Amino acid sequence: MLGERVPSLLLADEFARRHAIMRVPILKQGDFVIASIQSALTDGDLVMLRDDLASHVGRYRSKGVIVDVTVLDVMDSFATRTVRDLAHMVRLRGARTVIVGIQPEVAFAMVQLGLELGNVATALDLEEALDLLRNEKE
Amino acid sequence: MKRNELSSAERVIAIQSDADIVEARMAARALAAFVGFTEGDLVMIATAVSEVARNIIEYAKPGEVALSVVQNDSRRGLEVVARDQGPGIADISQAMQDGFSTSRSLGLGLPGSRRLMDEFRVQSKIGQGTTVIMRKWLP
Repeated sequence: MLGERVPSLLLADEFARRHAIMRVPILKQGDFVIASIQSALTDGDLVMLRDDLASHVGRYRSKGVIVDVTVLDVMDSFATRTVRDLAHMVRLRGARTVIVGIQPEVAFAMVQLGLELGNVATALDLEEALDLLRNEKE
Repeated sequence: MKRNELSSAERVIAIQSDADIVEARMAARALAAFVGFTEGDLVMIATAVSEVARNIIEYAKPGEVALSVVQNDSRRGLEVVARDQGPGIADISQAMQDGFSTSRSLGLGLPGSRRLMDEFRVQSKIGQGTTVIMRKWLP
């Protein structure tokens, strides 16, 4: 390993991808799980996040999933479809999904592109999302 | 030599994997910011680049996305050229319709990108590939 020459361009991102390390931290908060996206995601990352969250719901018996997309500056057709599929999968596993933090410019571009989130719940911030899920539980 | 001249500001990003889509839209965003576009425009440009780059991955990889600064009589703008040597598009007017897709995508990539940009042109020859040229101008 030490004798192996490590290319200087092997950045953290690339390292994570090659070793299939989860790039989106998933936090457990009571009955809910919160996925807080930290950086731009590839299509593969998004699919991994979708599958991770679906399995988390089963493992922790979570009742709600919050996906924070505040840092995303692009929600294109693939991202939107994956988020929609994610919400659908989570729903089939007995929990609800709330998408948090879609930026106004991103919302505008999504509308121009003709993208729809369907009946996926959204909230402006984490606080509102937690309220939404708590109210639904009752 | 002309590195500091705006007319030569250009980047070409090879599109081979989904990571290259991210690379292309980040590069487009950076160049568009340099040209002076607002945040709203940056998001629209990055989103359109993401869609045309994904089309390459989905149908015709490898390909490339070329970014350059353009100038007409009075305005500056950004030009995005997405090229591939893939199978080509049989019916461009059909491909430009919302919801038409030959893969399992939403079919919004091309028509949606047209709405996000100011100019949009598709050239395609069966068996030879597709070129999408789009531009956005500063107000």
